[in-house]
Amino acid sequence: MIEVQNLTKHYGPVTAIRDVSFRVAPGEIVGFLGPNGAGKSTTMRILSCFMPASGGTATVAGYDVFRESLEVRKRIGYLPENVPLYTEMRVAPYLDFVAEVKGVPRGERRRRVAEVMDRCLIADVQNRLIGTLSKGYRQRVGLAQSIVSDPHVLILDEPTIGLDPRQIAEIRALIKSLAGEHTVILSTHILPEVSMVCSSVVIINKGVIVAQGPIDMLVEQFFPSSRVEVEIAGPAPAVRDAMRAIPGVLSVTSVAGDGGGRYVVEAPRARDVRAEIFQLAAQQRWSLRELRRVGMTLEEVFMRVVAGEDEAPAPPAEAEPDKEKA
Amino acid sequence: MRVWPIFKKEMRLYFTSPVAYVILAIFLLVMGWFFSQIFQYYAQASMRAAMAPQMGQDLNVTDGILRPLFSNIAVILLLSLMPLLTMRLFAEERRSGTIELLLTYPVRDGAVLLGKYLAALAFYGVLLALTLLYPLMLFYMARVEWGPLLTGYVGLLLMGSAFLAVGLFASSLTENQIVAAVTTFGILLMFWVIGWGADAAGGAWWGKLLQDLSIVDHFDSFGKGVFDTKDVIYYVNFTVLALFLTLRSLEARRWKG
Repeated sequence: MIEVQNLTKHYGPVTAIRDVSFRVAPGEIVGFLGPNGAGKSTTMRILSCFMPASGGTATVAGYDVFRESLEVRKRIGYLPENVPLYTEMRVAPYLDFVAEVKGVPRGERRRRVAEVMDRCLIADVQNRLIGTLSKGYRQRVGLAQSIVSDPHVLILDEPTIGLDPRQIAEIRALIKSLAGEHTVILSTHILPEVSMVCSSVVIINKGVIVAQGPIDMLVEQFFPSSRVEVEIAGPAPAVRDAMRAIPGVLSVTSVAGDGGGRYVVEAPRARDVRAEIFQLAAQQRWSLRELRRVGMTLEEVFMRVVAGEDEAPAPPAEAEPDKEKA
Repeated sequence: MRVWPIFKKEMRLYFTSPVAYVILAIFLLVMGWFFSQIFQYYAQASMRAAMAPQMGQDLNVTDGILRPLFSNIAVILLLSLMPLLTMRLFAEERRSGTIELLLTYPVRDGAVLLGKYLAALAFYGVLLALTLLYPLMLFYMARVEWGPLLTGYVGLLLMGSAFLAVGLFASSLTENQIVAAVTTFGILLMFWVIGWGADAAGGAWWGKLLQDLSIVDHFDSFGKGVFDTKDVIYYVNFTVLALFLTLRSLEARRWKG
């Protein structure tokens, strides 16, 4: 549905994005991740036909964003980053205006506007001036204008920024409900959001794509091992050596904890070493205080690929390596 | 071309903000004052003429009231108020970022431009229509010639549309409304006084050129009741050129960088 190839954009001497390529399949929700200033908004502005790329091509729904901009624009809903709205208009007339500009037939307009107001939970403010609305409401009005024409593709630049937790949950649920019939590309730097809403991600840093793919595949790719966090009361060196001796264990790391005796055990993803650790503790009569699997999340992947450029890859979950005194 | 929704939106914005009402009220206040002054002056002159008929030979409503009225409308309305009518149209969209949404809707830049221009023109039409009150009052008291009245208003309309186009162009260049208004005012004022250079030129060829460029000289004949295609063409060209430049300035963002 969206195909981007070697997209490059310079602002004068500054290169905002370089050789960005990715594709989004129909009905998919893709998270576009990156730190601030990574080039997310630039990419989205190009996709929404607001400005041209300096190089490369992008097609949306099969149309080139530069040469067939009007055709692309008929098929997209766009929500820019800072949610620009006409503050002096009232909500319902504003949405009606957007629907009309986007070519929703006269007869359907009223129904369509009422529908999106319901869907975005803004029906109760439909007669208010947009300028008097709270940030959360404005955000939802912005989202409503992007879906009012029922476009195939939605380009949402940080749709949940500035909302309170309940509103965030509502907007996420709304975006999730759009999957299937709509193709969505949404940018954010809130990582849990991506894991909750998106099926796959594109991570961009300093204008270059550093990772992309379905979330679990990315996690696997960057963290081939699984981790178990253990707290055992026992003599540290002995505990460590015993656990290291469990077949399949790749490494055992001490973690500075309150009472000491906390370890992170790494093993291949397919192998679950928890049962063995339990039996080991039982055999040795060490008391096992905690045993849990640490899920590697997108966050760690993100930190690794984004931080990885300047620093040695140091996932934050990994605490100080083996240096506990005996 | 989806001009209509843009037009409606702009009209709505004119009238939901106080701007339109303030402009209408202030303008009518000032024009009312001017009209009453011109009218009194004329009344006194005709009184004197009644006592000494040879002095009042060329006293008539067209020259005595309509022409001064038109030139006052031209100065006040066009020169000082027009920049305020157009300054918002693009500058505000750029400042608030709404232009990013507007220009990514499936409308051509030309349709956006036309919608905004027609809205400004319609607002100007309302303003102008309200001044019809003065000639209407005259009809009760004197014999008013239809011809000069009609051409006068056509002239004002043409001149105004040129001014609006300039204002739109200035507004498309900046995201600051004040800058847009000042730029518009500056351009219009230059075209207003450019003809003054003609005197200094003596008989030189460029004196004629300056005269022809002057935006106000072309208005003179309308006030006298003369409908000269030369003047019409001047204003139409002026408008089209300014709108064309505006379109270019809107498209500038699409130039590859």
